[in-house]
Amino acid sequence: MTEQHTTETVGADPGRVADPAFDYLLGLGDDALIYAQRLGEWLTHAPQIEEDMALGNVALDLIGQARALLTHAGEVEGPDPVRDEDDLAMLRHEREFRNVQLVEQPRGDFAHEMARLLWFSTYQRALYSALLTSTDETLAGVAAKAVKEVDYHRDHATQWVLRLGDGTEESHDRMQAALVAVHPYVAELGEDHGAARWAAEHGVGVLPSSLIDAVNASVAGVLEQATLSMPDAPRWHARGGRAGVHSEVMGYLLAEMQHLHRSHPGARW
Amino acid sequence: MSSGSWPLWEVFVRARRGLSHVHAGSLHAPDREMALRNARDVYTRRQEGVSIWVVASEDITASSPDERDSFFDPAADKVYRHPTFYDVPEDVEYL
Amino acid sequence: MYGNDFGQPGTTDPGAGAPPHPLNAAETPDYTDALAEYFDGLIEEDQRVEPRDAMPEAYRTTLIRQMAQHAHSEIIGMQPEANWITRAPSLRRKAILMAKVQDEAGHGLYLYSAAETLGVDRSELLDKLHSGRQKYSSIFNYPTLTWADAGAIGWLVDGAAIMNQVPLCRCSYGPYARAMVRVCKEESFHQRQGFEILWVLARGTEEQKAMAQDAANRWWWPALQMFGPPDTGEHASSGHTAQSMAWGIKRFSNDDLRQKFVDMTVPQAQKLGITLPDPDLAWNEERGHWDFGPIDWDEFWRVLKGDGPCNEQRIRTRVQAHEEGAWVREAAEAYAAKQAARHQPEAVA
Repeated sequence: MTEQHTTETVGADPGRVADPAFDYLLGLGDDALIYAQRLGEWLTHAPQIEEDMALGNVALDLIGQARALLTHAGEVEGPDPVRDEDDLAMLRHEREFRNVQLVEQPRGDFAHEMARLLWFSTYQRALYSALLTSTDETLAGVAAKAVKEVDYHRDHATQWVLRLGDGTEESHDRMQAALVAVHPYVAELGEDHGAARWAAEHGVGVLPSSLIDAVNASVAGVLEQATLSMPDAPRWHARGGRAGVHSEVMGYLLAEMQHLHRSHPGARW
Repeated sequence: MSSGSWPLWEVFVRARRGLSHVHAGSLHAPDREMALRNARDVYTRRQEGVSIWVVASEDITASSPDERDSFFDPAADKVYRHPTFYDVPEDVEYL
Repeated sequence: MYGNDFGQPGTTDPGAGAPPHPLNAAETPDYTDALAEYFDGLIEEDQRVEPRDAMPEAYRTTLIRQMAQHAHSEIIGMQPEANWITRAPSLRRKAILMAKVQDEAGHGLYLYSAAETLGVDRSELLDKLHSGRQKYSSIFNYPTLTWADAGAIGWLVDGAAIMNQVPLCRCSYGPYARAMVRVCKEESFHQRQGFEILWVLARGTEEQKAMAQDAANRWWWPALQMFGPPDTGEHASSGHTAQSMAWGIKRFSNDDLRQKFVDMTVPQAQKLGITLPDPDLAWNEERGHWDFGPIDWDEFWRVLKGDGPCNEQRIRTRVQAHEEGAWVREAAEAYAAKQAARHQPEAVA
């Protein structure tokens, strides 16, 4: 996948000329939306009722970020007509989603979720911290609220990775296996793509490649404290999400998320 | 090794600056760090607090209702602890 | 249930968490008399009973059972609504529904916490739920088949629950009353959001209107059953209403609360443009209340005893979450023990 695919036409709607500003915001918003969708699946399934609440809080924060970012993306995209958050969430096709594949992966066990949350929240924290000074004032405003939220998410994941890593033999093994399983999806967080290059050049956003080393170093610090080890570089790693190329599970996720909305065209909810 | 149950913690929340921490309820958590975090999620979802204390329930020593006569009644005759005990001229302000 | 309390006919509940042997002091007649005088005094003066007060064992047992069942209802009640989180038709609705299901988890925790002030452990209560020895509100044994059901649950089920719960804010047992104050404060949004879901559907497309009506058809009668069997007449159960009222746990009879609920809900249904599925529903000028048709108590008992569409599914989901989480809870305990051991030498030194 080259960046050209992302900057020329947007997915299945050739009528709309791709706009990197729109595309960049979609990437941020879709990461939050799709991860919230997965985390929402935890409610009633968490290992302790207190944890249902904690994961619920994380999911709610992410839904809030997604709504703000998608609304803003719709405004940036411009008229004829302005697409609102639900148009963008419920009516885009798979190829038009710009999230990384990490967040669309199915819900695994609790160790998998904590591995994913630790990496993702550490990345989001670095990202939103950088976006505090975005020339896009709306984006900077979203970042200012979100940076506090994801700080908490990261703390929550850290606490659990420590406990699972340095808990029982079983939890240690499960946590280590989860890290190995999640690791191939991490590199994509740090891959530059056309929209991000445009955003970085214009002071709107930041190059993912400028964040990823610090993210991995921070995660490595937690893993060490948790008596866990950073997995070896995987043979394969996910790529393509920012250009709309996803894994097989994405189709099912969208089918579930969009089905009701799409079944009643034009209806209000 | 597991008793199947994490210890119980009592949660105290300061609703806003200037107020005392007030008992809000209890929760289960494996240790004090998680207790504090769980308390945030369980007891302050609607901005009910600016500060939280958690205390292991087993560390609380409580007076017993059976003893309350000896515990609290002596206070009843120490009316000098209450400001209305004192006669002061009515035109003295800010007392 | 869901703030109501009654046993199944023909079964006796030995009492949640009752100690296996009577506490020694409670065996002496002197103690019993003194206790009765002290406790009755509190109840008579409408004072709150607090955890370390002496109280009759039956009062304690009744409260533990009721608070536990109330807590279980909140926890099991998460499931029918969580069923729609991933499919909510808009992001706003998704966020609201998530917050609501999360609130229910919180309400369950407040109530378990209140029950624990009487010396039971939450894990004992959860065991009883998982093994079917304690019940939850039978309404949650019905499925949520369409999005409108998320609305009907908020409007009818939470509406009925609030009816039950508001008087519980004045319940004689302090921790229960305080938990209910917190719950009621938070629940006010639940009923409103349910009504709003139906309000929008009832003003939407023909399919949406049909969806709203269908949900009301399915949830109306189970909602009326939530108040429990009648207090008098052939369907009256051997329930605990009279004793609970004497103890100040319950402030209104089942039938009074049910009538209040009907009186409140019928005008709301009219506003919504939804027809409640009861041909006998009629305003009774003389009584100043809405009359309603007979409730199918056979169905109620049947579902309560296990023959409902979702009984097994609800418990299975709950037990599965608990069992799959065992290794996580054990890990946290092991970590806490290691940390404590690491810090011990410093404390000594």
